[in-house]
Amino acid sequence: MSDATTIDAHDHYTPGGMLRWISTTNHKDIGLMYLIFGITMLVTGGLMILGVRAELFKPGLQLMQPEFFNQLITLHGLIMVFGFAMPVATGLANYMLPMTLGAPDMALPRLNNWGFWILPPAAILLVLPFFLGIFGIGPGAVDAGWTMYAPLSIQSGWGMDFAIFGIHMLGVSSILGSINVIVTILNMRAPGMTLMKMPLFAHGFLVTAILLITVMPVLAGGVTMMLMDRHFGTHFFNAAGGGDPVLWQHIFWFMGHPEVYVLFLPIAGAIPHVLTAFTRKETYGYRAQVYSMWAIGALSVIVWAHHMFTSGMSTNAQLYFMYSTMLISVPLAVLFFCWIATLWRGSMSFETPMLFAIGSIVLFGWGGLTGLVLADAAADPQYHNAYFLVAHFHYALYPTTALGSMAAIYFWLPKWTGHMINERLGKLHFWIAMIGFNLTFIPQFMVGLAGMPRRIPDYPLMFQEWNMLSSIGAFILGASHLIFIYNIYRAYQGGPKAEAKSWEGAQGLEWTLPSPAPYHSFGTQPVIK
Amino acid sequence: MNTPKRIAFGVAAATAPAVSMADYSFNFPDPVTPIAHETLHVHNLFMIVILVIFFAVFGIMIYSMWAHRKSRGHAAAGFVAPRSGKQWFWVSVPFAALLVIDYGVFGVPAYHAILSYEDTRTEADMVVKITGNQWLWQYEYPKEGIQFSSRLTTPRAQIDNEEAKGEHYLLEVDNPLVLPVGKKIRFITTSNDVIHSWWVPAFGVKRDAVPGFLREFWAKVDRPGTYRGQCSELCGKEHGFMPIVVHVLPEAEFNAWLAAQKAGSAAAPADASAPAPETPAADAQTKS
Repeated sequence: MSDATTIDAHDHYTPGGMLRWISTTNHKDIGLMYLIFGITMLVTGGLMILGVRAELFKPGLQLMQPEFFNQLITLHGLIMVFGFAMPVATGLANYMLPMTLGAPDMALPRLNNWGFWILPPAAILLVLPFFLGIFGIGPGAVDAGWTMYAPLSIQSGWGMDFAIFGIHMLGVSSILGSINVIVTILNMRAPGMTLMKMPLFAHGFLVTAILLITVMPVLAGGVTMMLMDRHFGTHFFNAAGGGDPVLWQHIFWFMGHPEVYVLFLPIAGAIPHVLTAFTRKETYGYRAQVYSMWAIGALSVIVWAHHMFTSGMSTNAQLYFMYSTMLISVPLAVLFFCWIATLWRGSMSFETPMLFAIGSIVLFGWGGLTGLVLADAAADPQYHNAYFLVAHFHYALYPTTALGSMAAIYFWLPKWTGHMINERLGKLHFWIAMIGFNLTFIPQFMVGLAGMPRRIPDYPLMFQEWNMLSSIGAFILGASHLIFIYNIYRAYQGGPKAEAKSWEGAQGLEWTLPSPAPYHSFGTQPVIK
Repeated sequence: MNTPKRIAFGVAAATAPAVSMADYSFNFPDPVTPIAHETLHVHNLFMIVILVIFFAVFGIMIYSMWAHRKSRGHAAAGFVAPRSGKQWFWVSVPFAALLVIDYGVFGVPAYHAILSYEDTRTEADMVVKITGNQWLWQYEYPKEGIQFSSRLTTPRAQIDNEEAKGEHYLLEVDNPLVLPVGKKIRFITTSNDVIHSWWVPAFGVKRDAVPGFLREFWAKVDRPGTYRGQCSELCGKEHGFMPIVVHVLPEAEFNAWLAAQKAGSAAAPADASAPAPETPAADAQTKS
């Protein structure tokens, strides 16, 4: 590994100011930019949904008209999935993969830079029509829901075209990021680190990256067909011209369902790292977890139409998608089993990252269990597109993408900043987030069962009480994120000095590096026995 | 509805305990069709099963978090996988149980429920065609030759908070769908513009109305009453303002309504001004 030791030799030139960030090829710089971008989008998408919750606080239209409401819910969905959850995960991958694998950097640094810098323009494309619309220019942003069902999306104004190009760019960015992750994991591991000795974090990302490369081109094809339908006279989704609106749903959910696991698997990989550190114990069932992640990845691409049980599919298709969906509960249950077995008879302490990991497991557990109900194709119509569904997928997505990545960020922050986080603020953040999240979404389960459809700007009087509670919860949850951001900011400014091994029970190569970690992670690759 | 019957119905509904606790309701509305009964049953069973799993699993977890703490001096164990045949057996028990729950407890009844849900033709008494429009519903009784549209009647002033909101705010229409009680109705849905979705929670059915295609479902309502629902697929700006109201009448009254409609439509083709059928005294759907 003689060239690995001289890795710093040709890297003395670092431009200052903004140019440093625009031209950087360093995995830590890029990882940090991904994280900052993701959290900025979290705040943006969060403010949008707070607007929605404020409108839904009472029956009647108080703050906005339905046209504006539809833009808010649509942008909230797209921003949270493509702007927050995926970039934050990619940021974690960029920052931590080289350190956990014993590599100096990502395998393809320039591609890495390109992958990131596609994101801000894509986000601008997505939201620009929204702000123009506020100032009375144009029809506003995409407003057909984040699922963009045809033919409603064919009717929409040019905000839709901006969204189509935005999605193309986001897709390119995540494909580039995925290629980089795969190449890094397959080629840059420390000598002796076989695939089955690799950290679970890397396994989670490897499955994620392969899923993204599989499904993002399908979505890109789908939105291109939509663009053609809108402007070039094709009829892919128009029955009058021989097309089929439901075709769009198949294309969308062929991407959309694996996407759920794209959001989940990086976190499923990171959580065992946190658990082992704070139980001071080896992870339980490493092999079972690896195989389960692969099984989840494989199953995720063959179950998509369970999102479409009310669309009028054939009986056989309903049966197939119901039974195949139920199968996913098995590898997921294996993961839960292993996580809990990791806790069992450990020597536990409850620092902030551990709290977030446990919160993530418990709440995601409820999201998964309610998913079992939705898989029943005969009962599903009663839940589908009602608030029950909204609550279900928020219980699946928030605990993983938000609480899970917060656990990972709090866990690795000492390695990034060289300072320990403020535990009191961290715990405060945790409990406020827990109260806010459950207060937001438990009422949504109830109001969904009572019959409230999703995506309505105004509602009958009988749904009033639950909606009021939910809105109060949403503002509490929103406020909790400010503590999170402030706590990170504080850790960068100072605080107790972090050891190389910042947590007593932390395991993994990243903890052999000093805190903060050097600019190029491993000059000499460690050898794994 | 004749007066004594109507009074009896109203009294029964008004004294039902469910009515008084409507506003924090946390379960499906009273089911009135075979599918809704089945769905409610499955739902209740599901909720019990998943709550038991949730509290059992996280009970174990919470016990562990209490008992296996460093601050209590608990030392970490070293196990990382099952070590004996016996342990393998016990480890596989939860997964076997999960498979039984998935494919046995729920999978088998769901199989029959789906077949029943999709069986729209056997012994169907009547066909009603539902057409979604931006933003109203059209109902057609092809055999009876009746057709009318059904749109929201809640005044704009109530939506804009300039007037007090009525009891059926956003759930009231000019011409409700009228159905006979106890008859199997085969519904056909389609749409004139974008995808809509027809949902009446008390019926337990929801089916998309897809432009250019026909979809089917069925309902056999076992109790007269007024049932309300809403469009449940985002269909543009007035998506929240295209409710569904169904009046289910005893057969004789339904026939009288049919005759009046036929006479009315013969006299005046646009029957939007035809008087809405009598509303039964109690509202069966909105309270549960």
